[in-house]
Amino acid sequence: MQRLFAARSVCAAISTGKRHCASFSTALLFDDTQIQFKESVSQFAQQNIAPHAAKIDQTNYFPQEVNLWKLMGEFSLHGITAPEEYGGLGLGYLYHCIAMEEISRASGSVGLSYGAHSNLCINQLVRNGNPAQKQKYLPKLISGEHVGALAMSEPNAGSDVVSMKCKADRVDGGYVINGNKMWCTNGPVAQTLVVYAKTDVTAGSKGITAFIIEKGMPGFSTAQKLDKLGMRGSDTCELVFDNCFVPEENVLGQEGKGVYVMMSGLDLERLVLASGPLGLMQACLDVVLPYVRQREQFGRPIGEFQFIQGKIADMYTSLQSSRSYVYSVARDCDNGKVNPKVPLNLNFLFLAFLGYLYFFFFVPSIILQILVCLLIFEFYYIFSCLVIFNSFCKLKFIIIW
Amino acid sequence: MKIMVAIKRVVDYAVKIRVKPDKTGVETQNVKMSMNPFCEIALEEALRIKESGLASEVVAVSMGTAQCVDTLRTGLAMGADRGIHVEATGALYPLSVAKLLKALVEVEKPGLLILGKQAIDDDCNQTGQMVAGLLGWPQGTFASKVVLDKENQVATVDREVDGGLETLSLDLPAVITTDLRLNQPRYATLPNIMKAKSKAIKKFTPQELNVEIKSDLEVVQVTEPPKRKAGVVVSSVDELLDKLKNEAHVI
Repeated sequence: MQRLFAARSVCAAISTGKRHCASFSTALLFDDTQIQFKESVSQFAQQNIAPHAAKIDQTNYFPQEVNLWKLMGEFSLHGITAPEEYGGLGLGYLYHCIAMEEISRASGSVGLSYGAHSNLCINQLVRNGNPAQKQKYLPKLISGEHVGALAMSEPNAGSDVVSMKCKADRVDGGYVINGNKMWCTNGPVAQTLVVYAKTDVTAGSKGITAFIIEKGMPGFSTAQKLDKLGMRGSDTCELVFDNCFVPEENVLGQEGKGVYVMMSGLDLERLVLASGPLGLMQACLDVVLPYVRQREQFGRPIGEFQFIQGKIADMYTSLQSSRSYVYSVARDCDNGKVNPKVPLNLNFLFLAFLGYLYFFFFVPSIILQILVCLLIFEFYYIFSCLVIFNSFCKLKFIIIW
Repeated sequence: MKIMVAIKRVVDYAVKIRVKPDKTGVETQNVKMSMNPFCEIALEEALRIKESGLASEVVAVSMGTAQCVDTLRTGLAMGADRGIHVEATGALYPLSVAKLLKALVEVEKPGLLILGKQAIDDDCNQTGQMVAGLLGWPQGTFASKVVLDKENQVATVDREVDGGLETLSLDLPAVITTDLRLNQPRYATLPNIMKAKSKAIKKFTPQELNVEIKSDLEVVQVTEPPKRKAGVVVSSVDELLDKLKNEAHVI
């Protein structure tokens, strides 16, 4: 009977391209409910998202025949940290990280878009929105009917995001925004966007205000979708603001206090998005483990050779240690012990994130991708070292983005 | 009407089975366990009947070691209202399970008892039939369709049999065992997983139910089937006949 089911699953795997899932030890990381939660999301992601993963990366689009946003919304995945009155689950960052990991395991692109939607947009609204704003925007975002996005970076403001040039001028009843935002994930498809602009150009970081922008607002448009080397399918584009009027009630938080919204959000965003590479690492193991048992050279499965065993042991160890770190930080955040400096250490994991950002199995230009990812790795390694050094020595605060 | 569903914790269907070195059984240490797929189908059917308004409560039952509670929690997360765990160590063969189920039925008094047709670890296909016999209830096994008529207290069951489909009409209370094509089980949704934490699981022991666990069966040895040998190309019909007669011994 076991073989009947195994045969069925193998046939299903071959026809849908589903990967065999390797199991791993989570005994000390999660309690029973969290393990159940993880398995449930894993099953959902493997059955509903993984079959589309290869096509998403090839075509650089989300699938047309199935609405993944709505599917994930129906499975209550978007509003994990949102209150139940808006359709959320009212849980903490630990659960959000679990969901992010399992979705990224099925497809990195979908995971990235999901993270931008559920954490960058939804969670920012949950943390900083007033009741009217939450009531207006959260229900549709959480159900998956609307897609959310966040925009802070500009063509000339990346790591030094506080130097942004996008201006918001005070007018009667609201503000008029002029400027550009770059690299906005979900930009092409989002209905609701959190955008940061300078209301006071002379005040440096204290002149930034966060706004809620709606698709269709006159003066707001999206420019070309970016054709990325990796994480394809996670729509990214440039946002253009040309005398875009934003009403008073769309200010998120308070005027001039946008930098607090941004920085506190970034800390938690790094935590949740750090689970993305965990999922990607797990996906690598899922493929590698059965392969080293099947592939034979010199008359034996290659998994019997010590060098390969060493590599796999390294992969497993780095995955488990990264996982332990991410989830213990998540647990601390849930228990209210949010040290803004600690999550910055997760930039190390962001290295893996960016390293994997351009890593995709089946594309022939894999050598090119690996070279690119190594370059990015190098760059961000240096940067992260500076940040971590600064966080401990309390010198000038460097912002990473 | 209450529905009772019996669920079993088995080795996950996707796991590659290994026989223990001492040949007393299959390796279950550090192996992924989950709910028997046919039991999932049984639970799904019970939940659908409840959602259509024909039943008031779904009670999930599992028997075995303390880890059965995990499987019960999954059942509760799928939507069952309550769980019952009969704590028993050691091997539980179908007749013992049937006797325990009979005792529980006498306590809970459900109108319908639904089970999977067989478990994927032992493939016995006996428990449902035995418990129906012990209770003196009608049984509809290998069900591929179940329609309940609450007014007349009748269940119409389509059974998958060798010759095709057979339709039976059963007076309630009855025992139904489920086959593969009955339904597609639901996922445990995330809100339900959180709600399941607060649902009750009641514990019983075989002594409390006045059932003595003993077996007339003893597993002597478990071995792997012989490895499949490569095929042989024969050069003539005579050689084929010779091999069929003298090697394979089939003619």
